[in-house]
Amino acid sequence: MITNTLYSLCGLVLFAMGLFALFACSHLLRKILAVNIMSAGVFLVLVAAAYRPLGAGEVDPVPHAMVLTGIVVSVSVTALALILACRVQETSNLSISRNGLKVNDEEGSGG
Amino acid sequence: MSFDSPTWIVCPIILPLIAGLLCFLFRKNTFFIALFASLANLLSVAILLWQFLLLGPMRYSMGGWQAPLGISLRMHGPTILMLLMTAVSGLGITLYARGYFSFRIAAPKRVGRHERQERFFWPLWLLLMTALNALFLSADIFNLYVTLELVTVSAAALAALSGKPASQIAAFRYLLVSLLGSLSYLLGVVFVYKTYGVLDLQMLRQVASPGPGLQAALALMTLGLLLKTALFPLHFWLPPAHANALAPVSAILSGLVVKGSFYILFVLWFDIFASSISQNALNLMGVLGTGAIIWGSVQAIRQQRLKLLVAYSTISQLGYLFIAFPLALRGDGGQGAWAAVAFMVLAHAFAKSAMFMAAGTIFLHMGHDRIKDLTGVRKCLPLTSFAYAIAGVNLMGLPPSGGFIAKWLLLSSSLTSSQWWWSVVIMTGSLLASIYVFRVVSRLFVIPAGKSICACRPHSPLLEWPALVLAMIALLLGLIAPYPLLILETDTLVSCLLLGGGL
Repeated sequence: MITNTLYSLCGLVLFAMGLFALFACSHLLRKILAVNIMSAGVFLVLVAAAYRPLGAGEVDPVPHAMVLTGIVVSVSVTALALILACRVQETSNLSISRNGLKVNDEEGSGG
Repeated sequence: MSFDSPTWIVCPIILPLIAGLLCFLFRKNTFFIALFASLANLLSVAILLWQFLLLGPMRYSMGGWQAPLGISLRMHGPTILMLLMTAVSGLGITLYARGYFSFRIAAPKRVGRHERQERFFWPLWLLLMTALNALFLSADIFNLYVTLELVTVSAAALAALSGKPASQIAAFRYLLVSLLGSLSYLLGVVFVYKTYGVLDLQMLRQVASPGPGLQAALALMTLGLLLKTALFPLHFWLPPAHANALAPVSAILSGLVVKGSFYILFVLWFDIFASSISQNALNLMGVLGTGAIIWGSVQAIRQQRLKLLVAYSTISQLGYLFIAFPLALRGDGGQGAWAAVAFMVLAHAFAKSAMFMAAGTIFLHMGHDRIKDLTGVRKCLPLTSFAYAIAGVNLMGLPPSGGFIAKWLLLSSSLTSSQWWWSVVIMTGSLLASIYVFRVVSRLFVIPAGKSICACRPHSPLLEWPALVLAMIALLLGLIAPYPLLILETDTLVSCLLLGGGL
């Protein structure tokens, strides 16, 4: 029981840390990492929710399925966030330097 | 498959999904795939509506797996209205997007750019339609999270599509804010699961009881959803993201996407956890809605660019949806407030899509959207100016528009439940709305003497007619008012019977 609560609390602390970093850090990559840490925190709470008291049978499988789905969602969202961050970086560099380089127009995906 | 088979409920999800994937495969003729998908979606929603009127609300378990393990879909009155909203304005947006891209491809500023935008637009738009339909049909709170994330991903990618630095920064911020909202919602879902051990909406309604676990869960979920719905103090991400996107994308984001998270919020507060909501929380929502109406309108009046004005007016119109919260649980006002929210959502979806389309057409033709230089646009774009004005009538809430019906219902339920102060807010909001609408419309329609009006480039009718038709639908919504009410009431009637007989 103690371990279970510990995991839950740890997840909540991770969530809070990620939330703080999301607002406090200005670098785009740090913001993405902050969101990832927040989702790791939520998943930890979710895994802890699968706990059932000893002797009551096996652990609850539903939270595991939810965590798996959540991880898939989080990976794809992170990929999108990373490519957007790259684009923001590229375009802001271009608009700062304005050295007439060809704008990178042909490659990269729209998402 | 016969017409009353329950399998039709998966069509609004499956059809746009298949079409979206096909759009990735085929580079050519993607518009026709999208058009076919939009039409098929509308048709399947019409069949669902027919089934609903005949058989009442229904549930469908995918693959025969029952609720705790499988994924189930449900259809009730609000779902049908939201699906109809998505299907009708989705068809309009699809047609408009075709006109928009072919106009830009015909006279490109940079070769290849608009073709690429169009190529990515169709699959993303179809996936967004899939995600929205799945969201409205979902029957458990975890699937709502997944569909919410799907909406976020495709909406953020669409918002970044224009390629301008401003739009990419706005899209990045939009994505982060949406993720924060989704994660907060997910944490709430975890709390709910920890407390009750069920995820299914119907089971939750039966077991939900006020307690600290539920309070924390509701607070987290509500905060996340408010962030995604852009209610007043949390609205900061919306204007740049909506105003810098391509015109069809702005129409999608403003008309449909914000309604997704609002739908979840409304279902949670007034359907599932209605017994645990305190009057203070409802009043808080009303106060935030008031802030949204006033702040959004004042900002809209102050804007210099047309698309930003329309984006701020979205914030102000979303405020009306939250004014309905304190009115919904008192006296007989409950039903009235439900109906008001339904009308507001429908009318705003149609009117705001039309308004963004009109603004986009004006931008394409004039090359800018500075409001002070828009005098006499009706000379070259009569239909578009008319559509803009009609959509504006809707936002102001003049009869017979859907916006009028919504405000009328809100006013009457605020007076019958003796909360007159909300009616003052509603009136003030309408007055401010008429200021920001007339500020643009007066310029569009007045041609000063001796001013030469720009020569207009030829364009396809698709650029003007969808906006006009959607605006007219929003305007005429007031005339067919009994039908949406009938759909809502069918639901409550049947569920009353079920509750009376079954429990």
